[in-house]
Amino acid sequence: MSTLDRAGEVGPTTVPPLVEDEAVTPPAPAASRSRRPRGLAARVFVTVALVVMTVAFVYPFVWLISASLKPRSDVFDNRLIPETLTFDNYVEVWNAAPMGAWLLNTAFVTVMATLTVTLSSALVAWGFARYRFRGRNVLFGLVLASMMIPGAATMIPTYLIWDSLGMVGTLTPLWAGNLFGTAFYIFLLRQFFLGLPPELFDAAEMDGAGHWKVFWHIALPLTRPALVVVALFEFQAAWTDLMRGLIYLRDREDFTVPRGLKSMLDQFGFGGEWHWELVVAASVIATLPMIVVFFIGQKQIIQGVASTGTKG
Amino acid sequence: MSVAAPPARRAAGGRRRREGRAALLFISPWLIGFAVFMAYPVLYTMYLSLTDYDVINDPTFVGLENYRELVSDEKVTLALRNTFIYTAMAVPAQLVLSLALALLLQRAGRAAGFFRTAFFLPKMTPPVAVGVLLLMLLNGQSGLLNEFLGWFGINGPNWTTDPDWVKPGLVVMSLWTVGSSVIILLAALQEVPDELLDAARVDGAGWWGRLRHVVLPIISPAIYFIVVVDTIASLQSFTEAYTAFFGAGNTTYSNDAALFYAIYLFQQAFEFLHMGYASAMAVLLFGIVMVVTAVQVMLSRRYVHYTGGPR
Repeated sequence: MSTLDRAGEVGPTTVPPLVEDEAVTPPAPAASRSRRPRGLAARVFVTVALVVMTVAFVYPFVWLISASLKPRSDVFDNRLIPETLTFDNYVEVWNAAPMGAWLLNTAFVTVMATLTVTLSSALVAWGFARYRFRGRNVLFGLVLASMMIPGAATMIPTYLIWDSLGMVGTLTPLWAGNLFGTAFYIFLLRQFFLGLPPELFDAAEMDGAGHWKVFWHIALPLTRPALVVVALFEFQAAWTDLMRGLIYLRDREDFTVPRGLKSMLDQFGFGGEWHWELVVAASVIATLPMIVVFFIGQKQIIQGVASTGTKG
Repeated sequence: MSVAAPPARRAAGGRRRREGRAALLFISPWLIGFAVFMAYPVLYTMYLSLTDYDVINDPTFVGLENYRELVSDEKVTLALRNTFIYTAMAVPAQLVLSLALALLLQRAGRAAGFFRTAFFLPKMTPPVAVGVLLLMLLNGQSGLLNEFLGWFGINGPNWTTDPDWVKPGLVVMSLWTVGSSVIILLAALQEVPDELLDAARVDGAGWWGRLRHVVLPIISPAIYFIVVVDTIASLQSFTEAYTAFFGAGNTTYSNDAALFYAIYLFQQAFEFLHMGYASAMAVLLFGIVMVVTAVQVMLSRRYVHYTGGPR
């Protein structure tokens, strides 16, 4: 499990509920949102620094896309605009590797991982947020504590479990663990549920709504903004994961895109040096969907990340 | 045969029992998952660490043999050294850069959203692709970074081949993906009250004085969070280095300078099928993460200021 790989490691002390249409953080009464520097020199410095850093952060993408459109001999010429523009690399990648199958496999794993973890984590979070029961705090403490356990400490027996179920070599181990919820998401969603007024649910129960109905028809719809954040985090985590692909996938046709990209590096020798141009094109194919997802869910992703670090 | 309880109390009791059952149903996915994919694996890892196990034959109990071997395994020492050196470089470097970027963003005015997107976007890149970019951009002969350094007359090192420069190269590449730290610090910076800064200014504090004595203490919980998370992540760092420096295919290649602990553990478990030995390595990693985290918790009592109490 990893949510944008950092968020999943450790839980923050508390997380303020994510509220739709609210800015990154609700400003404290006296806090200003932005601090324009006063002097001209300071302004010039800030602007220049921002532009330089932006170029540094964006240029690797530009380089990658540009290189993917160059013939093999030009990949390392570091020109912004390719001298000879060609789409051959993309065609060639499709021939050299089962890229279509890889994309389908990754899409399947990502969708399954996202759907299952969002629903299961919401169920568990609701159980912890809505009800009081004996041992609740101890169990929730275990949820938090389990975030500290390094993946390596469970990796081998988990593999043995999937092996004994005959699932090694299939895509199932890449997502099915998500059926049981993930500590970090449970934590995030519980915080959100706790921010909702309990009277709302009491009233529905008075009117005879069952536990499931209250959850499914009242609580869940109200939680949509937080569910979207969880889904986006998991979508990114599942799409980009390499480790599970390395452990569980055997046949080339069954690979995910990250696993496939790694296999191309191996196949083309010493980090892909016999066919840089194909490796570069495949890297673009692996990355592009995440860029699209970011621009679709930008507001929720930024908000979600900001909330993981704030101590309310 | 039951004694009739007052109706109201019986109803309440029944309701609580029903609530307990409902709660149990709601949390049951996690209960099952925790038992099967967390508690059992951790315990079984501990057991396997005392055995010789190659998946095909049953585990044979060998006592502390794996741990004895671990202590004398030069590659374990090397991997630990690599991992600690990388963590000691990467965590501070990432923190300083992300703080600088957050401070700049806070002063960016109306275009802040655009710059924020630029700084965050790399975080979306699959780590495998980050590994590819490392090989390309940091290539010693024709990489973009060394070409850039060349403009200033600096003869850039062979980041991807020189053992002394492989880890610094990984650190440089890791700076590209500091986006989420930037967002977290920016959110914290926006909570710093103006009147405190104005008061400091009246008292004659310059930019650095305000940062050092007002801003940093107030955002120290966010800094602490980032240090803890980044440290744990760096200690387990795997994908970028494995992608760039380790391969098993037509060519088998490896680079000792990039041999992180998680990589060696993965190789022992899934390439050499030394599951018992790898389990002992996992137990050691677990212990290291616990100790490092405990030290950080202790340090936080001294240096982290939680203002205003829990809200």
